[in-house]
Amino acid sequence: MLRVKNLQVHYGMIHALRSVSVHVKEKEIVALIGGNGAGKTSLLTAVSGLIRTTSGEVALDGSDVTKEKADRIVRKGIAHVPEGRHVFKPLSVEDNLLLGAYHRFTWRTASVIRGEIERVYALFPVLGERRKQPAGTLSGGEQQMLVIGRALLSHPKVLLLDEPSMGLAPKVIREIFEHVARLRAERGMTILLVEQNARAALSIADRGYVLETGRVVLQGSSEELLANRDVQRAYLGRDAER
Amino acid sequence: MYWEPDFECMAREELEQLQLERLQSTLNRVYAHVPFYRKAFDAIGMTPEDIRSLSDLAKLPFTTKNDLRDSYPYGLFAVPLREVVRIHASSGTTGTSTVVGYTRNDIKIWSNCVGRILTMGGAGKEDVIQIAFGYGLFTGGFGLHYGAERIGASVIPVSSGNTARQIKIMRDFKSTAFVSTPSYAMLIADTIREMGIPRAELSLKYGFFGGEPWSERMRQEIQEKLGIIATDNYGLSEVMGPGVAGECLERNGQHFNEDHFLVEVIDPETLKPVAPGETGELVITTLTKEAFPMIRYRTRDLTRFMPDGCPCGRTGRKMARISGRTDDMLIIRGVNVFPSQIEAVLFEMEGTEPHYQIVVDRKGAMDEVTVRVEVSEAIFFDQMRRQKEMVEKIQKRIAHELGISADVKLVEPKSLERFEGKATRVIDNRKL
Repeated sequence: MLRVKNLQVHYGMIHALRSVSVHVKEKEIVALIGGNGAGKTSLLTAVSGLIRTTSGEVALDGSDVTKEKADRIVRKGIAHVPEGRHVFKPLSVEDNLLLGAYHRFTWRTASVIRGEIERVYALFPVLGERRKQPAGTLSGGEQQMLVIGRALLSHPKVLLLDEPSMGLAPKVIREIFEHVARLRAERGMTILLVEQNARAALSIADRGYVLETGRVVLQGSSEELLANRDVQRAYLGRDAER
Repeated sequence: MYWEPDFECMAREELEQLQLERLQSTLNRVYAHVPFYRKAFDAIGMTPEDIRSLSDLAKLPFTTKNDLRDSYPYGLFAVPLREVVRIHASSGTTGTSTVVGYTRNDIKIWSNCVGRILTMGGAGKEDVIQIAFGYGLFTGGFGLHYGAERIGASVIPVSSGNTARQIKIMRDFKSTAFVSTPSYAMLIADTIREMGIPRAELSLKYGFFGGEPWSERMRQEIQEKLGIIATDNYGLSEVMGPGVAGECLERNGQHFNEDHFLVEVIDPETLKPVAPGETGELVITTLTKEAFPMIRYRTRDLTRFMPDGCPCGRTGRKMARISGRTDDMLIIRGVNVFPSQIEAVLFEMEGTEPHYQIVVDRKGAMDEVTVRVEVSEAIFFDQMRRQKEMVEKIQKRIAHELGISADVKLVEPKSLERFEGKATRVIDNRKL
């Protein structure tokens, strides 16, 4: 579904991604794990066209989207949920969701979109309960659900999720990850997930890539990565002596 | 039957993306953790990120057996020893042994790779697999053992040697699959015949043979004598052990496990890739090994790639049976001769057994080759004239095929030494 080959990204003198190649198959959840500054977020933003790549290629369903602008990439089916839960705080939950379909909203599609919003409520019932409430009044976990729901309204083939667990309580993190797993199980969504919380990410992902200073240093099934001692030591907070 | 169909039957484009990703992460790791490879990159002014396609691999230098010896014992390990759960050493067929290591993940992947080969050769969880490869530093025994356990078979770890006991166990324990070198399988088959054990008393169905080059005729003999389906499989400890490639039931070439190994065939003289389908030296790069990654390892085994496509549905590229080793090559009066070429000639002949020996001497400045070959019972007691005809026929074929003249001696059945491990068929008495 999504195929990335030899992506290079520079920020001025800083070489953020060095020949990074990854792929995500249909209905797969793939985790990108790694420390701060490893290049995880750079990879997502390069895929969604928000930053310019030096070289390399990104293909969605076999068609090259590397040189496309960000809004075209959304239309082609890549939705990016950036880290930090950017909701429009004064707007209602429902208006926030509606904005996710902004690029395809016409009087003819209105009723279709209406139905899709209901499906998001079915997925995240708490959003339905608070549909008229300003988004700013939601809890962190609810805001995270809202930004994921808003991304779904762009009709993505692939969902890029950046740090959905950041700053949330452990119980809420579990809930968010359950929702992400359900997105795949119930809606057949294809997901590329960036996470600092490697254990949580690998617990729902099929495969993963480990990034270090802009390079993929390890890849494999979640099971293999969880069994790797480097991953355990660096990202799972487990001492190697066991 | 497939063991890991998602990988064994993967479309080429998808496989190549996976290979590239795995190659890049392997290169990043060896560059960071193995000084030998870092130096190799630095020497040509490259970094891992310069490798952007599978064909870019050709820009990197080869790794040879000597590099492994120079790094004895742990110099090429890419992880600290505390992460290594197993250590093997090469069987040291030629020269000093070399040491290799495995992490927990490496063992798991190795088991699955061997599991695929056992599955593609017909074995499954109902089978009773008797392993007559040596257990110990040699990767053969443990490699097949873990693979056989992985697919749920009942494993009998007999280890190598003690032919009478092997046969007793084979009969009493009702072994359905036998794992050994092909030459040992021949010995077992002949001994069963001598002991007068009827085939009906054996439960054998499948044989998995590897560890040394063998021929199609030898396969036919083993299959007939033991009443089994015999498949060839390939591996070497330097890149993992058994499980690198194996034959499916088509018995026409060995499928590589290409999601774990990147394979090339090069001309051993020019070091350039050979034309598609031509014979050359097999070069292997590991794609998933953690403890002991290998970049462009020159195996010294000679083979050729076979055309794509196999009725079994596997997409893994196939290679022809190993036709010899670059270091087996004999230079006889300036002519390059591989023992396998002589073997091929012998096996075309009616009335000879697949047991032979090549003796090379130097008389003055001249190399002299003597080929000693066992004849079958029937012909040996016939007249001298027929023997003479046969000798002349073999000499003529050798001269025609190899361009050298050789002395041919017919010897009595069972007079040449038999081998329980890898057979030694060349005796080079020349002092160079």
